[in-house]
Amino acid sequence: MSQVSLRSVVKAFEGGVQAVKGIDLEIEDEEFVVLVGPSGCGKSTTLRMVAGLEELTSGEIWIGGGLVNDVPPRDRDIAMVFQNYALYPHMNVFDNMAFGLKLRKFPVAEIKRRVDKAAGILHLGELLDRKPKALSGGQRQRVAMGRAIVRDPKVFLFDEPLSNLDAKLRVDMRTEIKKVHQTVRTTTIYVTHDQVEAMTLADRVVVMNQGEIEQVGPPQELYHKPLTRFVAGFIGSPAMNFLPCRLQAAGGGLAIRLSDEIILPVPPERTERYARYKDQPVTLGIRPEHMTELRDHGRPNVVRIEPVMDVIEPMGMETLVHFWIDGTLVCGRVDPAAPANAGQKMPLSVDLNHMHLIEPEDGRVV
Amino acid sequence: MAEGTISITALPAARIPARRSPMRRWLGHRSTMGFLMALPLIAVVGGLVVYPGIYAIALSLMDRRMTHFVGLHNFARLLERNTFQLVIFQSCLFAITAVVLKAIIGFALAHLMHNIPTRKQRAFRGFLLIPWVIPLALSTLVWWWLFDPSYSAFNWALNKIGLASVPWLGQPWWARFCMIWVNTWFGTPFFMIMYLAALKSVPEQLYEAAAIDGASAIQKLYLVTLPMLRNVISITVLFSLIVTFANFDIVRILTNGGPLNTTHMFATYAFQIGIQSGDIPLGAAVSLFMLPILAIASYFILRGITQRSKDAY
Amino acid sequence: MSTASAIAAAPPSARRRHASLARQRRWALWGSYAALAVFILMFLVPPFYMLMTSLKSSAEISAQTGNPWIVHHPTLQNFIYLIHYPPFRRYFWNSVWVTACVVTVSMVISVLAAFSLARIKFWGSNTLATGVFLTYLIPESLLFIPLFQVLGALGLINSAACLVLVFPTLAVPFCTWIMIGYFSSIPKELDEAALIDGASWMQILLKIFIPVAFPGIIAATIFAFTISWGDFLYPLAYLYTANQMTLTVGIISDLIRGDVFEWGKIMAAALMAAAPPVLVYAFLMDYYVAGLTAGATKG
Repeated sequence: MSQVSLRSVVKAFEGGVQAVKGIDLEIEDEEFVVLVGPSGCGKSTTLRMVAGLEELTSGEIWIGGGLVNDVPPRDRDIAMVFQNYALYPHMNVFDNMAFGLKLRKFPVAEIKRRVDKAAGILHLGELLDRKPKALSGGQRQRVAMGRAIVRDPKVFLFDEPLSNLDAKLRVDMRTEIKKVHQTVRTTTIYVTHDQVEAMTLADRVVVMNQGEIEQVGPPQELYHKPLTRFVAGFIGSPAMNFLPCRLQAAGGGLAIRLSDEIILPVPPERTERYARYKDQPVTLGIRPEHMTELRDHGRPNVVRIEPVMDVIEPMGMETLVHFWIDGTLVCGRVDPAAPANAGQKMPLSVDLNHMHLIEPEDGRVV
Repeated sequence: MAEGTISITALPAARIPARRSPMRRWLGHRSTMGFLMALPLIAVVGGLVVYPGIYAIALSLMDRRMTHFVGLHNFARLLERNTFQLVIFQSCLFAITAVVLKAIIGFALAHLMHNIPTRKQRAFRGFLLIPWVIPLALSTLVWWWLFDPSYSAFNWALNKIGLASVPWLGQPWWARFCMIWVNTWFGTPFFMIMYLAALKSVPEQLYEAAAIDGASAIQKLYLVTLPMLRNVISITVLFSLIVTFANFDIVRILTNGGPLNTTHMFATYAFQIGIQSGDIPLGAAVSLFMLPILAIASYFILRGITQRSKDAY
Repeated sequence: MSTASAIAAAPPSARRRHASLARQRRWALWGSYAALAVFILMFLVPPFYMLMTSLKSSAEISAQTGNPWIVHHPTLQNFIYLIHYPPFRRYFWNSVWVTACVVTVSMVISVLAAFSLARIKFWGSNTLATGVFLTYLIPESLLFIPLFQVLGALGLINSAACLVLVFPTLAVPFCTWIMIGYFSSIPKELDEAALIDGASWMQILLKIFIPVAFPGIIAATIFAFTISWGDFLYPLAYLYTANQMTLTVGIISDLIRGDVFEWGKIMAAALMAAAPPVLVYAFLMDYYVAGLTAGATKG
């Protein structure tokens, strides 16, 4: 039985703006689900509806097997970690974490036990009698998590908790959150706009766009088998390259015509799948990591192209190369030792086993 | 598996849970609780401000015995009286002169305070605010004593340096002077505090940019300080106009309208007519003469404040 | 190039200019100190004279010999007399209990209403907030006559209890306004965290808003106290018997009897009556000032 269940959830604000247009989602017990998408896609609104901080316009939300539409937040057995931590400034760390328990009239000994345990998990032991203003950003975020842990709820809700931290701290806290989940194993719904966080933390990722779910699946599945152009372009950094092209017959199979000079053969196993798009304009999707320096990938369906380099970005562990193909700027990732110079031609290997064909009108991946 | 894009489930539109009775739901609503929490305020404002306000208007339209309606007769009667014409004159003179003085002196004081280091400001501010802190009725009492015809300490000092004694409260114009002086003494600290706070909020960079552009001190005042402080200045001036216009304590204690009713203002005249002489409707009419000024000033204050909150973002 | 070496390397005329700039600034500073000191002296003339007079015996006052600005034979007689003088003690006591009640009532009403108006939107809440502020602008000299009728109908004329009913009209609007400002500045996430933690709205108000906005509460309380303690018009209009009067009316109406002005005693009484607000101010000056500026500068 699912721990959290969203059924046809719709949220429309006054003035008719539909922030969430009908979401269906089943979240299993102990699962770590990440809602990811650009600003305004409705992920935070969805989370807040699960929390009970926003009312549903229509649809149902079930938590732990019970319908919670009319249930106030305090009775939903949830805990939430906010982007701005929302720590009570006039209480010290211990009281911040104990607040919810005190309200529910837990015995003092039990409160101490739970707070100490959470403090142990999050390394907050020495900070228990400090006030929030004496804590750093990362420490405050851990206190906010501690406040959630002591409640031992059915579901953790995270609302972009790392957005206010600097880059390095974000990476450290990401690891902390993952470790906490492995220890405490509570069902978690985590909202972020950062796809790296989504990929590294999630058991399943829910990609949202403009109030709707584009795709749900484990991170690797979203990476390798995106269902829409949006998901393909959202997951992965640097983003996937999208090149307008034409599918045409070649030999016994198909080929992709990117420009007059560049015609790439489609892997034979896909001929049937793509057959009906022959002679039509389509979009080719290929990730930069699959456009490398000339090397033997040990597989068939790797072709060579030799475009003129435009911009070179040495990143240290790899070099990003940018070049034009028929009016589209394309990005590739090459070995840092490979000779890449702006203005010169450079041979690249394109691994077409990882190509995607995208319908230009509705963005669906074929 | 439920992977993939939107799937429209076949559930009927929302399995509606059992509803509580309408009354209980209304009580549980958040906005209801908000309303209940504001209820005491509404009661106080409604019952003790709005209702008396309307009642005052009703009263002013009645005859002395409050038995029947006489329309604007009371207002006409008042306007015919010489004393009342003096009241209008005196109230306007007092309010405008005092407010202008308070604003200018307060502004100057704020600048002086702004010049000295912040730590010392606290000490100076502590002393300069004292006129405002002492209850007005009591400090006016001291002023009365200082202006006493026979015992005035001011006269003693004047005599000491060879000047004649001044009939402080005995002569109409001197009495007016004293009233304005006392009100200025009382109200200037308020202006100073407000302007000091406003001065502190003007970014230093504006002055620096003006200095680089070659502005003199006076030009900085005109081009940077006054425009930035415009809103605060207008709000404080309007607010003080209302309060000064309606002043009771100073007039009552210093002169009680004397000598010979030449220094009465609306508040004290209304008191004399309404409470002391017992003509309640006429007294209400006197008070109501303040209404136009109050309304206009309030309107501009409200506009100024909403403007301010818009500027803040 | 550092400023010092730049000056040293500059031509003589520039050096003179820079030196005079520094001197100008110093002049401005000391000039400001001097001017402020003068103003302080002028501002403190009345309190000073109040103190001096209160220490003079009636004999010394009426004798009028010597400098009235200093006291030649200081005596605490006036204070002792007043402390033992039943009517004065009565006035003081009336002021105390009336103010205590008014402050309590006003703060409860204001805090509840401010919480509601700052956080909970209900139908008409915006209008109410504006209306509250407008109420603050309606002077007591407009309302005292109709209130006289209202209080008369309630049978409260000449009873100090009527002040407990009427003084809140002076305090509540501004106190509500101050508290709305402080409450609004509390981030909304704090409410939400508390809601999820399990707090009801009342608990949120009591356990979170009031502690976090405590400076505002103090400022508002000081304001309510000062207004209630020092008001003159309402007590003068509604109280006639000495045993109902508060300090302001009592001193002015009662101690000044006929033509016999015992100024020593009057000033002593005024001093003792002015002491509580001044003491509150002295100890809580920062909150006092915060309350003053809160109204117009908190947009």
